Amino acid sequence: MSQPIELRAAPYQHSGSDVPAIMRNVVYAMLPICIFSVWQYGLSAAALILVVTLACLLAERINNYVSGAANTLSDWSAVITGVLLALTLPPSFPLWMGAVAGLSAIWLGKSLFGGLGQNPFNPALIGRAFVQAAFPTAISTWVPAFSPNRFAGFIPTTLTAPFMSPPDIAHWIKLQGMDAFTGATPLARWKFENVSASSMDFLTGQVTASAGETSAILILLCGLYLAFRKFLDWRIPVAVMGSVMLIAWAFHLAQPARYPSPSFMLLSGGLMLGAWFMATDMATSPITPRGIWLYGALIGILTVMIRYFGGLTEGVMYAILIANAAAPLLDQFNQPRILGGKGGKS
Amino acid sequence: MSLTFFGEGGRGKGDAHPAPMARPSLPGRLLPFSLLSSLFSRKATFEHGIHPAYHKETGSLPIQRFPFAPKLFVPLSQHIGKPAVSIVRVGQEVFRGEVIATANGMFSLPIHAPATGIVEAISLIPSDTGAMETAITIRVYEADGQEIRVRNPQPLDGLTGIELALVMQQIGVAGKGGAVFPTHAKLIPPNGCVIDTLIVNGAECEPFLTCDHRIMVERAQHIMTGIDYARRVCGAPRAIIGVEDNKPDAVAALIAALPSDGTVTVKVVKTKYPQGAAETLTHALLGREVPIGKRSSSIGVVMNNVMTMAYVGKLLPLGEGMTERVVTVAGPAVERPGNYIVPLGTPLRFLLDHVGAHGSEVILGGPMMGAAISSLDIPITKGVCGVLAFGKKETASQRIYPCIHCGECIKACPKKLNPTQMGLLSAKREYDLMADKFFLDECFECGCCSYVCPSHIPLVQQFRVAKSFLKDRKKAA
Repeated sequence: MSQPIELRAAPYQHSGSDVPAIMRNVVYAMLPICIFSVWQYGLSAAALILVVTLACLLAERINNYVSGAANTLSDWSAVITGVLLALTLPPSFPLWMGAVAGLSAIWLGKSLFGGLGQNPFNPALIGRAFVQAAFPTAISTWVPAFSPNRFAGFIPTTLTAPFMSPPDIAHWIKLQGMDAFTGATPLARWKFENVSASSMDFLTGQVTASAGETSAILILLCGLYLAFRKFLDWRIPVAVMGSVMLIAWAFHLAQPARYPSPSFMLLSGGLMLGAWFMATDMATSPITPRGIWLYGALIGILTVMIRYFGGLTEGVMYAILIANAAAPLLDQFNQPRILGGKGGKS
Repeated sequence: MSLTFFGEGGRGKGDAHPAPMARPSLPGRLLPFSLLSSLFSRKATFEHGIHPAYHKETGSLPIQRFPFAPKLFVPLSQHIGKPAVSIVRVGQEVFRGEVIATANGMFSLPIHAPATGIVEAISLIPSDTGAMETAITIRVYEADGQEIRVRNPQPLDGLTGIELALVMQQIGVAGKGGAVFPTHAKLIPPNGCVIDTLIVNGAECEPFLTCDHRIMVERAQHIMTGIDYARRVCGAPRAIIGVEDNKPDAVAALIAALPSDGTVTVKVVKTKYPQGAAETLTHALLGREVPIGKRSSSIGVVMNNVMTMAYVGKLLPLGEGMTERVVTVAGPAVERPGNYIVPLGTPLRFLLDHVGAHGSEVILGGPMMGAAISSLDIPITKGVCGVLAFGKKETASQRIYPCIHCGECIKACPKKLNPTQMGLLSAKREYDLMADKFFLDECFECGCCSYVCPSHIPLVQQFRVAKSFLKDRKKAA
């Protein structure tokens, strides 16, 4: 044979996994949640998911262009941010505000720190935190699911003109003939009226919530798919859910009238989506074995504390953001013992 | 520091047979009533590691003899330690088996003529390290039968360990696993160390390589003889042969050849890379860990490769020098892969032409820890366990993405290091921090981290650069 022309360094074999494949699978896993959301809320939810995702892609592409980097749309990470962000917004959220959320998620949450893998915080949550501060009314305006006309047209707020405040939709909700609708999430009703919702409603999505946070069972199934394909670390959601259950159970046992059941804490609000799809973001979670468990537990503890004692009704977002900030520290103090290190058998 | 750490273990562990991998372990198949008990007994292994595609097709092919090349290029340094000293001159006739270069001190090995012929030159030739090295070129007599012409048998009974080691030095055997440590020197226990176990490494966990597998199947008796001599040198009261469970025929052959006194045992370990590395196999078989910065001998263990033992067992009683070795020639670009007895000094060009190779990259050793070479004039030496040829498809480059902190490398690292953090640090050239805080020196370069990285970051490659940098700086200081 002729002279060899390739001269690489070992190893010469590879597992075949790659970043776009991981990211793509996360997007696939979120598709059932998106479809369920559209089925629940109709055209408005579809438009919101689409607009937020496109805004994220646009922000990423503009950033590539400005920084002179290669096109990074193909790594699919911006799609994840977009879809995930849309799923955390109320279905009636005005599209232009959704676009602002998408742009700020990528620019403030990701590009600012150097792009893929460099971001200390989950970009989707940065986007949500931005619009929560910017548009407090719109982000806490809820609409009933399964309204009969949901595929006939948009919710009036959806098509609010850019830089305008959304119209009041109390009248529109009345027209939908959904008398039981109260306009508050179960967590808010618990906090301000001390009314607890049934677990069955949470599992099947019969609650007032953000676009993608309604059906706990669907989120669980999609998350399990990723866990089995090893695209997410199962320890994180298990630690989050376990710590929430444990603390909520302790409080519930002490004061059953004051504090809701552990299953209510587990299934309400954004906890399931947060535990399975946001806390597990690879770039912003720890990598050391003990650090991973502590990180999950920290999210659980903070979530319960914010919900019980904070001014907000929901605490998952800030719990994850704070834990994101703590992730490097958790890693630093929990470096695993190496083979042959101190304390081993020899 | 730690060449012995991955000495016999690191590089050349290969094994055979993709098919038997899926089947239950050997005891489970041979003895149905033991199935239940095997469910409860955990097969020995180490934590972490990877399961690469094994490509062990050549494991079912018997070893074949390879023809002699018209010219053999015999480097004076085929082992770790001082190079041998040439005692021949150009134009001199040499006989196969004759010593043509003598050992330079204790930590060195003699070189024997791999063929009968005429010394044509003593000159510089390319080597696998990239540097040129001195080699004796022998023009092989075409008409000669090429039987071993020179032997130097010596009485072996009643010798002390050290005396036996000195006789062993004369046959010129170095570790066949890849680190090519002079075997006699490796077996002598350092001062103050008591060796309680000789581990014989038959794991052969590197993909493609099956030469150890074939040696275990075909030369189990030689291995037992070699173990006997090795134990006399190192003083180990027992020996354990560790074999991965994808080689049931090797296990059966070894068990059939075991001495009756029970001091040598065969232990089946899980098929997992890098099972055959010194640290991981020791941990799997004995549950012991080599402390940071120490050698295996500090925990009473000395490890040798099965092929090393087979050659010691074959050559030492005959007083015959090392003139050839079994090499796996494989890879997608090889038409007739197999295990061949190749005369030392055979140039790769001759070897690869004979097996019908047509690739664009040639690797010495296994695909996980081997090294690509830049010239086909490099000869087969004592430490070459495999020659692999890859084509365009295998060598296509991959886009490198930023680290996404997925942590897969942490789950793969058999030393439980933190390759993620070290990779980020090496990108910033923080080599000192890598060594001080993240145990860079403990990395034995198995390549698991690079193998699993979804971003295709060349992690172990960067660690090698970092180590070289620190080593060079230390040398300069």
